[in-house]
Amino acid sequence: MTDRIDPDRIDPDRIDSAFRALPLARLADAALGRARELGAEHADVRVERIVSQSVHLRDAGVTGVVDATTEGLAVRVVVDGAWGFASHVDLTPERAAATAERAVDVARALAPLARERVERADEPVHAGVEWCSVYVVDPFTVPLGEKVALLADRSGRLLATGVDHVEAGLAVVRENKFYADLAGTSTLQQRVRTAPSFSATIVDPDGGGFETMSSVAPPAARGWEYLTGTGWDWDTELARLPEWLAEKAAAPPVEPGRYDLVIDPSNLWLTIHESVGHATEYDRAIGYEAAYAGTSFATPDQLGSLRYGSPLMHVTGDRTHPHGLATIGFDDDGVATSQWDLVRDGILVGYQLDRTFAPRLRLARSNGCAFADSPHHVPLQRMANVSLQPDTVADRSTDDLIAGVDDGIYVVGDRSWSIDMQRANFQFTGQRFFRIRGGRLAGQLRDVAYQALTTEFWGSLDGLGGPSTWQVFGAMNCGKAQPGQSAAVGHGCPSALFRQVNVLNTTTEAS
Amino acid sequence: MKPQEIVERVLAGPGGAGRAVLVTQTSEAVLRWANSTMTTNGHTTAQDVAVVALEAVDGGTAVGVVATGAPLRDAATVDDLVAAARRAAHDAGPARDVAPLPEPGADDATWLDGPAETSIGVFARLVDGLAGVLDSPQRHYGFASHELSTVWLGTSTGVRRRWVQPTGSIELNVKTPQLDGSAWTGMSTADFTDVDVVALAADATARLDWGRRRVSLPAGRYETLLPPSAVSDFLLMLAWSMGGRPAQEGRSALAGPDGPRVGERLTDRPLTLASDPAAPGLEYAPFVTVLQSGDGMSVFDNGAPARRVEWLRDGVVAELAYSRPEAAEFGTVFAPPGDNLLLTGGSAASLDEMVARTRRGLLLTCLWYIREVDPATLLLTGLTRDGVYLVENGEVVAEIDHNFRFNHSPLDIVRQATEVGATERTLPREWKDWFTRVAMPPMRVPEFNMSSVSPSR
Repeated sequence: MTDRIDPDRIDPDRIDSAFRALPLARLADAALGRARELGAEHADVRVERIVSQSVHLRDAGVTGVVDATTEGLAVRVVVDGAWGFASHVDLTPERAAATAERAVDVARALAPLARERVERADEPVHAGVEWCSVYVVDPFTVPLGEKVALLADRSGRLLATGVDHVEAGLAVVRENKFYADLAGTSTLQQRVRTAPSFSATIVDPDGGGFETMSSVAPPAARGWEYLTGTGWDWDTELARLPEWLAEKAAAPPVEPGRYDLVIDPSNLWLTIHESVGHATEYDRAIGYEAAYAGTSFATPDQLGSLRYGSPLMHVTGDRTHPHGLATIGFDDDGVATSQWDLVRDGILVGYQLDRTFAPRLRLARSNGCAFADSPHHVPLQRMANVSLQPDTVADRSTDDLIAGVDDGIYVVGDRSWSIDMQRANFQFTGQRFFRIRGGRLAGQLRDVAYQALTTEFWGSLDGLGGPSTWQVFGAMNCGKAQPGQSAAVGHGCPSALFRQVNVLNTTTEAS
Repeated sequence: MKPQEIVERVLAGPGGAGRAVLVTQTSEAVLRWANSTMTTNGHTTAQDVAVVALEAVDGGTAVGVVATGAPLRDAATVDDLVAAARRAAHDAGPARDVAPLPEPGADDATWLDGPAETSIGVFARLVDGLAGVLDSPQRHYGFASHELSTVWLGTSTGVRRRWVQPTGSIELNVKTPQLDGSAWTGMSTADFTDVDVVALAADATARLDWGRRRVSLPAGRYETLLPPSAVSDFLLMLAWSMGGRPAQEGRSALAGPDGPRVGERLTDRPLTLASDPAAPGLEYAPFVTVLQSGDGMSVFDNGAPARRVEWLRDGVVAELAYSRPEAAEFGTVFAPPGDNLLLTGGSAASLDEMVARTRRGLLLTCLWYIREVDPATLLLTGLTRDGVYLVENGEVVAEIDHNFRFNHSPLDIVRQATEVGATERTLPREWKDWFTRVAMPPMRVPEFNMSSVSPSR
């Protein structure tokens, strides 16, 4: 967990030469110049190219390969205290200037409806800086045939064990962003992320039932090396998947009730994402997402006083962890990214912010959470890597935590998730649920879901694994805003012990 | 280059085993407001060009799909795109789903027309009305979106189709000044000429008055009235789960011990769940476009005529989704998923009339954060949102001062409904980002499973 970005490892020379060759400075000059002429108090321009590839196999045969590129320029302005935004696919100075005019027109048309003036926090000027995420092999340099062969080989190995069906997939993304604003900041950045997936299904031809189990490997801010052994032990996990799946299919159903849960990082990350990550987004907390993604029970009037969870709970926000999916050097407000506390000793102490929201908390600077998922979308406050810190005093293992449970369940891998619009009531399932009896695992259970209220759940936190259990998981597609935007986000966490959590039987729920 | 020129250039080169090209130009205007003030607004224009290259390879036919949102200024950039798609096909190896590309029918008379475009001006009437709404004492939150998406589809078999898809919606979330009460309403629209934002706001504001009396109820099973929006969110999940292949392979809720559960009666009510490209006011493209094969869809279907598919007919599971290659594999008929969904066959009763004949039950507004819990039963979980009301002796008598988490299957919604009202156009609160063309009735479910209490409002 101390593996923070070493500036020496960031190699801007790896930024895609074709993107670098675009007339970025001329586009910026045209857009910003026109916006200034038209009276904009603030203007920024983004030029983006997002290249993605998805590969999908069913039962070791290719069902789909899609390569896609999103490209364009976006101009955002503040005119008479109101926002305006416009974008276009044409990357010419003339179009950049015209897009700035449209953004100004939008701001002027809607200024009469604005009841608040836009105010933005200051930020030092970052002129001409470059940043590139940490990876070894750009996945777009790997031939498609090699990717297909790897997925087919692993699918074949699973099928050879007797499972009935295997789905395998790979999504890779390379994101280039150029940002410039009237204050003089200009940044050029590149990020790479990789998301493999494998799932196996067995069907009971007699009973008519079926069971599916997926790899718990997360998407990662890594390159092709992630598929070949760096950051995940694929061979070990996929070799064991069929036996875990068979055991789950034959497992006894869970008896509903309250259980002590030891939750593996492969499951806990998603609970953190939903119950802490979204709840500490400042825009949600003050109502900006009220009609859509929702608000938050963790309102600003409780900053510094809300008992979020047990004193063991220390949650940070960052956009700096080398393999966090939200990591970047500078956000879409031109702010240099950082790490900060959200929950300390179980108390709410911070929010995720952009430059518009920082002044509302009387903060001098934003903590760098502005992000737009496309040149055709306006930047919003989006989630940082929100991570639960481990016990740094005693490096207890997951087995140590399990040993402290007399009667409970060990939860591994994420599956179904749902949480209410103020981030209080949630329900999660998982990939595997192991019964704990007398401090030892005693076989799997099936039909398990856990359900709780956020503060009740985090208040029941009674044990943390140490740094050796801390892992970064995350999602490629966190949704928010209207029009909908998708963001990649990482979450680090240790294994953790929660006491007396409400467990449901999903079959009983359905009957 | 014009879209038609791109299509012809893509199809003019060496043919391989076939080719399809889809050009999509999208023009979108949006308004968003929160805390009774405008937040993020804008107008965007985008173009995507996708080339589907079919190539003969050892072992069969391979597919490569390359799409770009970058402008294609000349023939050379188009040729590069085609070459990339052909390379991708050769690298991918033989595809699982192979069929001849569809033959052309009649060309669209509008083929040579340009893209349809919207602008921020489409909201002129809405902005006028909204100014007064935002000045009211309540707190207002909402979003309006208008998109015109023009697609040109060409294939190497001679298909040339063009379609303009209008997609619009507006949502209003109105809260009390103290933020202790919340109501929601929304509608889909093609052009905003039918949107009366003042009336929509008045409707939502009126329901805030139901919160003058508030009561708590424990979790449990309640007779529940689901309005059309809530029904649509449930039944979209059902429709998206009606893939033929998973049912054939025994890995879906529509799989039975003897194969797909086609022919199984879910209800004695004559309910029909259908997707229909010609449904008045909810039309979608009369031809199929697919950029990635999956259950129920194949890139080899590009250009095939869309058709009305009845997923349920008179209460019986009638059809499952099959691409043309899947239909051939399983010996059944091509049944493409559609871009609208209609449930018909209920009575002429309105939701208000159903409330009036309710002795005791819950009336919902809409649902949120719906996720599949168990694919074997299609058990879904989610939350009630923006207003749960207690109905007694035919009247709303109070607002429930919290929300509920539910666990219920859409199959059971259909099976258990004791009353189904009149079908009307509605907006799915949960799934509207992907699906707005929906017509659903209100439904009465006798023992809807409110699994736990959510304190959120």
